[in-house]
Amino acid sequence: MKVLLRNPRREVEVRGPITVMSLLERLELNPESVLVIVADELVTRDARLADTDAVEIRPVISGGAA
Amino acid sequence: MKCRVCRGPAVVDVRRHNAAFCRDHFLHHCEEQVRRAIDAYDMCDGSARVLVAVSGGKDSLALWDLLLRLGYDADGLYLGLGIGEYSDESTEYARAHASALGRTLHEVDLASDYGYDIPGAARATHRAPCGACGLSKRHLFNAAALEHGYDVVATGHNLDDEAAVLLGNVLRWDTGYLGRQHPVLPAAPGFVRKVKPLVRLGERETAAYCVLRRIDYQVEECPMAAGNRHLGYKDVLNALEDRSPGTKAAFLFGFLERGHARFTDEADIEREALRPCISCGAPTPGEVCAFCRLRERATGTAVTLESKG
Repeated sequence: MKVLLRNPRREVEVRGPITVMSLLERLELNPESVLVIVADELVTRDARLADTDAVEIRPVISGGAA
Repeated sequence: MKCRVCRGPAVVDVRRHNAAFCRDHFLHHCEEQVRRAIDAYDMCDGSARVLVAVSGGKDSLALWDLLLRLGYDADGLYLGLGIGEYSDESTEYARAHASALGRTLHEVDLASDYGYDIPGAARATHRAPCGACGLSKRHLFNAAALEHGYDVVATGHNLDDEAAVLLGNVLRWDTGYLGRQHPVLPAAPGFVRKVKPLVRLGERETAAYCVLRRIDYQVEECPMAAGNRHLGYKDVLNALEDRSPGTKAAFLFGFLERGHARFTDEADIEREALRPCISCGAPTPGEVCAFCRLRERATGTAVTLESKG
């Protein structure tokens, strides 16, 4: 599957099927710091992703402290 | 996962509540958290005119949407920071959201209205850009609220922001800042009331709120914030949260309930010693306020009594 990552924007290929949690572990991402979006819909960490899914992993951390 | 409320398929999990929600019940959860924050800290009453500090990011756009849904009279203020394409894009997100909401968006542009931008200010002062940015925002949001007659300034600071700021303040034992760190800063001569209605929502929740409401926001991080200390604190806290959900909320709300009052004396003394800036009239402990000093250094010209600001 194609996985879109942001900040910086880039795309990686990951073999499915795989759960969201396993995908995040494989990419060494903290589930607290991202949302996972498939076909414009949010998915929870137990969701199973197919090899044909287009997945966006969107960071949620903002840097401004002001 | 199933929705905690209706047992339908969940779309978001919130581990610190040991819960997951479907779309509708998550949106309701967000409204309830904002309503509870406003009530718990007596942020503002229903008749208040609220000015939302709008950046084009998820927090401020979600906040504006939530306040209107809760029945508040809320307009927006966008501050153009002059950070290249990043600022150009954020302007468009802020304007599009204002248009979708059908509300007024006031706009202030640092370069054209005050003669400097954030990258220039950072170079001129040899300090981190986030410092100049925060100082400019605090001053100008307050000034705009006073100018346009708003009762309250609402900012999009969320639970993660506040926990990270608290961690930084504790690590340095900055007692003055600890005394001022609260979801409400009351009005005082020269200061409009300032509130943080998202303090009970994590930034993962505000981002999910925007995705579910189809609010288009600026996902890209500010290029000037990359690698800053605040982001480091968030990384540390999120590592703790992943191992022990609820840590960030316990840290922040434990401080607000049991720690904050121990530090307010110093903040009260500092506030009582404020007097009007000789240049712009804003409250300051010295003769010239920090904003006017920043502007002076950034523009390379002395700030006069007639100058804007």
